[in-house]
Amino acid sequence: MQAVMEREGAQQDKNNFDVERIRRDFPILSETVHGRPLVYLDSAATSQKPQIVIDALKQYYEAQNSNVHRGVHYLSQLATREYEDARVKIQRFLNAADHHEIIFTSGTTASINLVALSYGRKFVHAGDEIIISAMEHHSNIVPWQMLCEQTGATLRVIPINDAGELLMDEFAAMLNSKVKLVAVNHISNALGTINPVRRIIELAHAQDIPVLIDGAQAAPHLKVDVRELDCDFYAFSGHKLCGPTGIGALYGKSHWLETMPPVFGGGDMIASVSFEKTTYNSLPYKFEAGTPNIADAIGLGVAIDYLNGIGLDKIAAYEHELLDYATETIGAIPGVTIIGTAREKASVLSFTIDGIHPHDIGTILDQEGIAVRAGHHCAQPVMKRFGVPATARASFAFYNTKEEIDALAEGIQKTIEVFA
Amino acid sequence: MADLSELYQQVILDHNKKPRNFRVLETANRHQEGYNPLCGDQLTLYLEMDGDAIKDVAFQGQGCAISKASASMMTAAIKGKSKAEAETMFDEFHRMVKGELDPETTEHHLGRLTILSGVREFPARVKCASLSWHTLKAALEGKDEPISTEQPDDGT
Repeated sequence: MQAVMEREGAQQDKNNFDVERIRRDFPILSETVHGRPLVYLDSAATSQKPQIVIDALKQYYEAQNSNVHRGVHYLSQLATREYEDARVKIQRFLNAADHHEIIFTSGTTASINLVALSYGRKFVHAGDEIIISAMEHHSNIVPWQMLCEQTGATLRVIPINDAGELLMDEFAAMLNSKVKLVAVNHISNALGTINPVRRIIELAHAQDIPVLIDGAQAAPHLKVDVRELDCDFYAFSGHKLCGPTGIGALYGKSHWLETMPPVFGGGDMIASVSFEKTTYNSLPYKFEAGTPNIADAIGLGVAIDYLNGIGLDKIAAYEHELLDYATETIGAIPGVTIIGTAREKASVLSFTIDGIHPHDIGTILDQEGIAVRAGHHCAQPVMKRFGVPATARASFAFYNTKEEIDALAEGIQKTIEVFA
Repeated sequence: MADLSELYQQVILDHNKKPRNFRVLETANRHQEGYNPLCGDQLTLYLEMDGDAIKDVAFQGQGCAISKASASMMTAAIKGKSKAEAETMFDEFHRMVKGELDPETTEHHLGRLTILSGVREFPARVKCASLSWHTLKAALEGKDEPISTEQPDDGT
């Protein structure tokens, strides 16, 4: 017992962050892979789920399952209340002004596509421009490309420097009256760069241009305040913040959402239907056609409660410590190059090893029980910008430890030995 | 547990470091692009066909050790072979890396290519080993379109 307490004491870092206690909330973290303890360093792809989120899903299907917004019966009212409570939790999580501004979607990709299809169809025309950045995920590139093809608008790209930072002067010079939207990520999934989104929004708003922020990587790792940012749209996924897959949200300012047409037609999104005319429902239901993903929305609400219980500020501070440690430890290995060295960075470490393809790195680390992502990270233009076909990427969450980073370092040494 | 040393054998590492026939083939009368969009591997295969015979072959591109070694070993194996022989090898190789043909117990025409049989223990890497072979098959069939490992047909 004494030994256990001492070991736990040693795990508490200077922020008094008890990672061993947190790890016990995540059943998957005690799994083994290829006979070794799992070292999960792929949270930028998807985070692991705490027991209470898993339990919430089970509890919903065992005791609450019913359709929402329809029945007068007890279960339907219960499901409706839980589902709408989850919306309010997201509203508070993002500090949105009103819960009507939170639209449930299947995730960030669906949220961005919703804006492209709805806002885009109404406000973007031939000759207009959409601005994105050179470090976007494909899901914040392709919807805009498709919109540009359909409308005859032009896609313009904010360049980045060798550290993986946006060239803000170039961005400022790109703004003009033809630009109908700026869509950039808050944190780059491939490089870890935290973008100066507040400044981007200020500059765009000075010319009355709305801004969409892809918050897929940011929402799990730092406190987001959409009113402080003053962004027009904010998109994120539940599965990256300890919630279930297949659920996420789009925040949109009321005045935009009210003027935007619905994208999908069906149940729940209507006020009344006749064969002559359909009147659409009010916000947010206008954008939520069909039976929604009730269970996962509730699960996402529970995940948000869980993160709030730890504190996003504490999470950010601890993850920053992990990043610093990993940058130092992994960066010191001869032959390793870190891709993405922005001054403001989140806990993503993209790297290459001289003469070894990231795919081979991924396979060898996997045999050690270490899960990293190897590939282009759905950001092929970023890879091209840095002149590499792919990178290996370790991404850290608040349930990771420095010991796991040491295991990664050993795995990288082993990889280098295999190819020596 | 799959054995890493089965996958990364010395011969494979050697082909990765010093790929054979790694050049542009000036005398080629067919060339074919192949992609693995999941990992960004890219390969250009050059064939000089003399009737139905593969007179010369070369490749260029970028990819992981497995895809590069597999392409290198393939070029060495098919040079001088007929179209029909190469197609048989494609079929046997394909079945071997998917674990459907055991080179220890089944008759085959793969020769040294059996060194790549360890890939069958690593399902995530089967596509890496197959890319050059799919590219060859398309080249032999005279396809103009670049081919991708992400075809709806068989998942490899």
